[in-house]
Amino acid sequence: MDSPDTDWDGVRLHVVTGKGGTGKTTVAAALALALASGGRKVLLVEVEGRQGIAQIFDLPPLPYEERRIAVAPSGGDVFALAIDPEEAMLEYMEMFYGMRRAGRALTKMGLVDFATTVAPGFRDVLVTGKTTEAVRRRGRDGRRVYDAVVLDAPPTGRITRFLNVTQEVAGLARVGPIKSHSDLVHGVVKSPETAVHFVTLLEEMPVQETLDGVADLAGAGLPAGGIFINMVRESLLPQAALDMAVKGRFDVGELALGLKAAGLADGADAGSLAEALAEEVVEHARRTELERAERESLAASTLPRYELPLLTDGVDLAGLYELAESIRTQGAA
Amino acid sequence: MKKSVTLDIDAILDDRGTRIIVCCGSGGVGKTTTAAALGLRAAERGRCAVVLTVDPARRLAQSMGLTELDNTPRLVSEGESGGQLYAMMLDMKRTFDEIIEAHADPERARQILSNPFYQSLSSSFSGTQEYMAMEKLGQLRRSDEWDLIIVDTPPSRSALDFLDAPERLGRFLDGRFIKLLTAPAKAGGRSAFRLLNAGFGIVAGAMTKLLGAQVIKDLQTFVSALDAVFGGFRQRADLTYKLLQAPGTAFIVVAAPERDAMREASYFVERLAEERMPLAGLVVNRVHESPAATLSGVRSAAAAEDLETRGEHELTAAVLRLHTGRMQLAAREHREQDHFIGAHPTVPIAKVAAMTEDVHDLAGLRRVGELLANG
Repeated sequence: MDSPDTDWDGVRLHVVTGKGGTGKTTVAAALALALASGGRKVLLVEVEGRQGIAQIFDLPPLPYEERRIAVAPSGGDVFALAIDPEEAMLEYMEMFYGMRRAGRALTKMGLVDFATTVAPGFRDVLVTGKTTEAVRRRGRDGRRVYDAVVLDAPPTGRITRFLNVTQEVAGLARVGPIKSHSDLVHGVVKSPETAVHFVTLLEEMPVQETLDGVADLAGAGLPAGGIFINMVRESLLPQAALDMAVKGRFDVGELALGLKAAGLADGADAGSLAEALAEEVVEHARRTELERAERESLAASTLPRYELPLLTDGVDLAGLYELAESIRTQGAA
Repeated sequence: MKKSVTLDIDAILDDRGTRIIVCCGSGGVGKTTTAAALGLRAAERGRCAVVLTVDPARRLAQSMGLTELDNTPRLVSEGESGGQLYAMMLDMKRTFDEIIEAHADPERARQILSNPFYQSLSSSFSGTQEYMAMEKLGQLRRSDEWDLIIVDTPPSRSALDFLDAPERLGRFLDGRFIKLLTAPAKAGGRSAFRLLNAGFGIVAGAMTKLLGAQVIKDLQTFVSALDAVFGGFRQRADLTYKLLQAPGTAFIVVAAPERDAMREASYFVERLAEERMPLAGLVVNRVHESPAATLSGVRSAAAAEDLETRGEHELTAAVLRLHTGRMQLAAREHREQDHFIGAHPTVPIAKVAAMTEDVHDLAGLRRVGELLANG
């Protein structure tokens, strides 16, 4: 298999986080497609129970089962798994202890309510446990079953706690099976085989949360990946025109002449249409200016940055492939 | 775009009968800003309002120019008409600690507060954040110091968590699992699980195997201590739930004109109806409308192409391309809103135009409040 040089060679677990509304699930899905292209096998994992992957790929809700959901460009398969904590718990008990029946009994008794409500820490252990199991899993030939696993993870505000949860639980369970399981999970999450990517927009709050998240991650000794700047709008206007517009000196007269030449309006109508359009231009120029400032703030971090275009028609399957292509050309996969 | 009923924000704020406003919606739609803007507008219209936020990003603090938001309401601004705005950020652990301290005798409180399970879980419970927000809301309401409480719901993975978490927690506290864990303590300290029947025995064995004996012991101490304290826990949850159903409460669902957010808003509206919670309406944030909407995207694109082919008026062509994009975006947003309006034609809607800059200060919040009221 031909593996091109990318920024994340050797990484097998790609954790994708981001503030709500930044398009985290979309980027995770596009990254999975990009990583799979060229005949590789990638697992896309969802943990928040929102069925976001099914919606993006326009599929019925995914069961707790690894199934192929897409074919990547030039061959390659994307599998998806929506982790259900309850099922993960039963599977876990069966796998490690052969106790499926006892597991059912525990479910009936409300242990699952306990695990998911009162101790979401345990829930996170199950979820990270299942994910890292998929990362480590080997086939009969001794090779890893998946070339990469992409985790559509909880939002930026929770990510460090989520990934570190095994440590926290290990603190509670100082010995015993949970402890050894936690250590196993932590071994993967902290290793160079893992990279935590951040998805952001060129807006103040998402950028601030990203920078905070990067710092938290470093503080916890977890491996940071790249920053994916999502929904980037290309600026259609020349810089000079933008500069004038920001200063409120956009040439409306010239615009009115252009509108007349295009046959869109004449006389006073051209003037008022030009005024209205100029308002749009000024707004666009201001936003472009802010985006520039946010880009600079992001540059303060040393993580590699990738820019993904805004899909004007919304996210559909074609759009996902477009984003995957963009991710590949930028060397992120 | 389909016609909808307009949400009259000022009528809600001016109605002295409105005592609680709950802002809910999925993450990243501007819930916190909406809550703060409503609070400021209410205060400037003479209400004595407090905004309760649960957001760990301290965003509300930023937009209100506060450097510190802790578990006590802080005065943010005083209106000319005698109104006041307070704000507080929920400190989940402290709220939890306070409940323990208030409801347990000192020895038991000490036992709980120093238990490793309590320490870890009181600061990381995701369901408990919702629960504690409800608890705090109940406290603020009972204190009767404010005539309007505005709650910004926790940034849940799903907006519905906010209604479900207290119920789930209650189910757990009443469940058999907790009885299993507390039974040994109630049986006079005999060894764990001995008095239980065979079915329980298998389970207990499984749990010890799974978790380890030390964990079970810590967990038992924790749960039995908690159980004793939290007798009133469910009762208060039920009271708060009833409070939310009362006519003095107004739910405002917040969304952005995007597919996921609008879908979540739809679910929420349906869910509130099921729970018989009073819905005031929907706020759609970050709406893009064009000041030059008379020029359609299609005509604009055709004209741009024409100019480009002729090699004339390059700048005008670029502006027309920009406008085309803007109209496409507006059309997409209309479609997303139409889905909602089609399903819920009677739900009043207020729209807030997208602003170029984030809100940093009271002036910004005031501006959002104006947009809300005129939307």
